Formats: sequence, C-alpha cells, structure tokens
Amino acid sequence: MRYAPHLALAFALLAAGLINHFADSIDPYILDVATNVGINVILAVSLNLVNGYTGQFSLGHAGFMSVGAYLSAAVSLFAGPHLLGDSPSFWAQNVFFLGALVAGGLGAALAGAVVGIPSLRLRGDYLALVTLGFGEIIRVILQNLDVVGGALGLNAIPYFTNIFWVVTWAAVTIFVVLCLVNSTYGRGFLATHDDEIAAASIGLNSTRYKIVAFVIGAFFAGIAGGLYGHFKMTITPTGFDFTKSIEIVVMVILGGMGQTLGVVLAAILLTLLPEFLRPVAEYRMIIYSALLILLMLMRPQGLFYLRPKRAALK
Amino acid sequence: MTEFLQQLLNGLSLGAIYALLALGYTMVYGVLRFINFAHADVFMVGAFVGNYLGQRVPAGTFWGAAVVLLGAMTVCAVLGMLIERLAYRPLRDSPTLNVLITAIGVSLLLEYTGQVVFGAAPKPFPSVLPSRMFHFGSVEISSNQVVVIALSAVLLVGLRLFVQRTKIGLAMRAVSLNRQAAQLVGVNPNVIIAVTFAIGSALAGAGGVLYASNYPSIDPLMGVMPGLKAFVAAVLGGIGNIPGAALGGLLLGVLETFVGGSQFSTYKDAIAFGVLIAILLFRPTGLLGRATVEKV
Repeated sequence: MRYAPHLALAFALLAAGLINHFADSIDPYILDVATNVGINVILAVSLNLVNGYTGQFSLGHAGFMSVGAYLSAAVSLFAGPHLLGDSPSFWAQNVFFLGALVAGGLGAALAGAVVGIPSLRLRGDYLALVTLGFGEIIRVILQNLDVVGGALGLNAIPYFTNIFWVVTWAAVTIFVVLCLVNSTYGRGFLATHDDEIAAASIGLNSTRYKIVAFVIGAFFAGIAGGLYGHFKMTITPTGFDFTKSIEIVVMVILGGMGQTLGVVLAAILLTLLPEFLRPVAEYRMIIYSALLILLMLMRPQGLFYLRPKRAALK
Repeated sequence: MTEFLQQLLNGLSLGAIYALLALGYTMVYGVLRFINFAHADVFMVGAFVGNYLGQRVPAGTFWGAAVVLLGAMTVCAVLGMLIERLAYRPLRDSPTLNVLITAIGVSLLLEYTGQVVFGAAPKPFPSVLPSRMFHFGSVEISSNQVVVIALSAVLLVGLRLFVQRTKIGLAMRAVSLNRQAAQLVGVNPNVIIAVTFAIGSALAGAGGVLYASNYPSIDPLMGVMPGLKAFVAAVLGGIGNIPGAALGGLLLGVLETFVGGSQFSTYKDAIAFGVLIAILLFRPTGLLGRATVEKV
C-alpha cells in the first residue's frame, strides 16, 4: 500500500502518454471536453486543499488562475518566438511549454503568498471577503495593464495545451494533495481545519499551515490557468471573475469539502453537465445556486461523501 | 475649492446610499454573526420594484415618490424575512461556513433569477421626482442628491431611535450581545432576528430606489459592487456597530468619489478592497468597534 500513490501516478502518466498518442483518432469534441474536465479537476482539487482540508474559505481562486494564465501566456508570446524560432521541434516546444506553465504557477504561488500572509489571520467570512477582494483587485490591475492587453486581454496565444499535459497535471495535482494531506506533516492541515485553538495548543503553527495550503493551492490554480490560456488561445480579465471562483467553489462543496475523490467526481460532473444542459444554458447558474442552498440545507457533507468515519463538518 | 466641495457633495450622496446598505450588513452581523451576502441582491430587487411602481404612478408628484419608496421597502422587508425563514433559520446551529455558503447561494439565486426574469440588459429607471439643479455659487447639486442625503439622514436617525428607545430595539441589542441570555429573560430570538432582517432589507430597498434614481439605469447585477463596498463600509466603521456603519459608508463614498475624479479613476473599484484589507490588517475592529475576546 505504501507505494500505491506513486504507482498510481506513474500509471496516470503512462495513460496520459497513451491517450495523447492516439489523440488524432479521437473525436476533437470529446478531446475538448476532456481538456475542460482536466483543467477543472486541477482547479477543484487545489482549492479543496485550502477550502476543504484546511478549512479556510477562499473565494479568490479565479484570481490566482488569471495570474498563472497571464504570466504563462506572456512567456509564450514574448519569449517564445526568440527561444523557439520559427519551426520548433516537438521536444523544444513541449519543454518550453512546461517552463511557461511552471513560471505561471510560480507567479500565482507568489501572488498566493502576498495575499495569504496578511489575510490568513482572518477567519471564515472575513477571509472569504478578503480573498474575493483580492481577486477583484487582480482583475482591475490586469484591466489597467497595457502590456497584457488591458481590457481586451491577450490574443493569439500559441496552442500548446494537449491532452497529455492536462491529464499529467491533473494527476500530479491529485498526487501532491493526497500525499501531502496523508503525510505526518500534512495532518496539521486537518488539525487546523478541525480546531485551530486546539491545534495551536499542541504546538502546531496553524498560520503557517494555512499559508502553505494557500500557496500550493495558488500554484496549481496558476498551472490550470496556463493550460486554459494555451487551450482557448485568448484570455481576458473578465474571464476570471467572481463567477469563475464560485464555479470552482461549487465543485468543492458538491464533492464534499476535504474529499479529493468526491471533488474530482464533482468537477467531472459539473463540467459535463453544461454540455448536456445546452438547451437550458441560461438556467445553469440558477441551478448551481439552488444546488448550493439545497446542499447546505440537506447534505452539508457533500454529494459524494464516501467515508463516514471522519466527521468533516460537525 | 469649488471642485473640492462639488466632489464632497457627490461623495456624500453616494456615501449615504452605502450607509443605508451597510446598516443591513451590520445589523444582521450583530444578531447572527455572519455576512448576509444576499443583502446586495435585496437592494437590486428594491430598485426593480421601484422601477415597476415608478412607471405606474404619475411622475413628479410627492405621493407618487412616497408610494414607490414605501412599496420597494415593503417588498424588500418581506423578501428579507422570507430568505431568513427559508434559508438561514434551518441552519441556525450549523457552522458559520455553511451559513456563509448558503448566503452566497441565495445571492446567486436572486441574481440569476433576476437575469432570467428581468433580462440581463440594463433598464432605464423612471424619474420619480422632478429633477432640478440648485446652484450655490459655482457648486451644483441636483434635487435627487438632496433627497438622497436627507432621506438617508432621516432613516438613519429613525433607526437609531428605534434601536435605542423601543422595546424591540432593546431586545435586538440583547440578542446581539448574547442570544441565549436574551432567551432566558423572555426574548424570542426568532422574532427579533426576523424583525432585524425586515428592517435591514427595507433600508436596502430604500437604498436601491435612491441609488437607481441617482444613477438611472438598473440591471440584475447592479447590487454586487455597491453591496461589497457597503460591506467594506460596515467593516470600516466596526461591524455590528450602527453609527459605525453610517460613518464608514460616508467615508467610503467620499473617498471613492475623490479617487474617481483623480488620475487614478480606473482603479476606483479597487479602492474599497484596498481599504478593507488595510482596515483588517491594522484595525480589525473598525473605527468605532470594540475588540472582543475569543472564549474557548
């Protein structure tokens, strides 16, 4: 059992390579949907580390996603032509893309630290509002930065995202979050969630746990943003607004806070749902919000709450 | 100097509306200790009720304006009580986080239902009162601004008297101090919480009508930004503190108007959040709030 997560990761990477190898013979529509699913899985699982495992309610995940998206797109657009030349080889392009993604992730992680260190002293609803506020500030700044296109956003980003990178990063996100939370160190996240005062009384630095969770969550949100930018090929500040954050939060809550498997299922379900609900697309957000209220009233532990032994929410 | 006075007046009339909204946040926080995210959307519903009634009363009459304002306040009060009864009361003893998520859900439900029912495009708001411009030297003030400031002042003083001088007001203060202890001396907290929601939502409805008549176009998402800013105003003044909310609203309105008139006008929307972060870092209890000790 001890090596199970590592084996699972290796298996997932192998599967990613295999799917990518046969990507040409898969329906492009299915590939598109699968890419969206993968990006949302990364977002939801990384937010779950903050909102679920550590119990810090953040409403600014889309803000970190936008930092990653803009930074990696800027790297591709401004540094790409110099480094890659006109017709880059397969390896050069993918190594460069990996670099751009990681740069975006690190930028988002830095933003996470800048936001987290002052605001994580707050709790519950205050923290939710401050993260929301930071998300909005990031959006206003991006709208005013002419280097990245201002309100028009960035266009003509090279199409680097493929199913291999999406599946790989989704697997890595799940791997990192699961291994982290199940490690000796990571139990501190759960302790911080369960009772901050009790955790502090046995010598756990709960503030540091919160910041670590926040920074790691922001890193993967940045990666997801980079994948998204190189997939849609165009990004605007308004694409990463409050609604996007809410969408990710709904995935986490639906899946059950602190339940990685449930959150992955919820992310898949909520990404596929609009595809089936196309005829009633205008009611999508009404359904989302009604779902939130009903869940909190009837099943606060989430739809996919599978392990009854740990009381996630008292 | 003239421009300074002009901007100050504009800021005060915006701040008065923030103050009306901030009161709802601060009162609900006082009795239930959570941020009522849906408050901003009650404000939006108030504006739409005003729009509906405003087209049906003769324009430019005093009683017409009174009908519009009172109608919006009544509908919002009922809506506020309904939200509390259906969504928040079942969660009275749940963790704050669950109530917060429910509040966000109610807020989104109102916004997106509004988009389907009213349409997402902005609508013009009928001019209910005759609009006139007054000139004091070179300072201009519209009759709408005068009405906004005067009416807000009346409502604020009225609320202050209600909370300080009446029996229900006393019970409200008791519930906000300690709900269980209030219950022990015969206060029914459910009634008091319902009354709090009714009053807060009525003020939001009035704010919605006043906001819409000053910035004459309304849409289902119009409440989001003023709502967030009004919440910042409540935190700025000290959450749970009624005079603090009024002060915070006025300060924020003036600050925002001055920034909007400067070269940094495109950052206007970020100001409120900057203030929020600064306040929470340096004086989390707000300007007029008192620090509380957390008991285990």
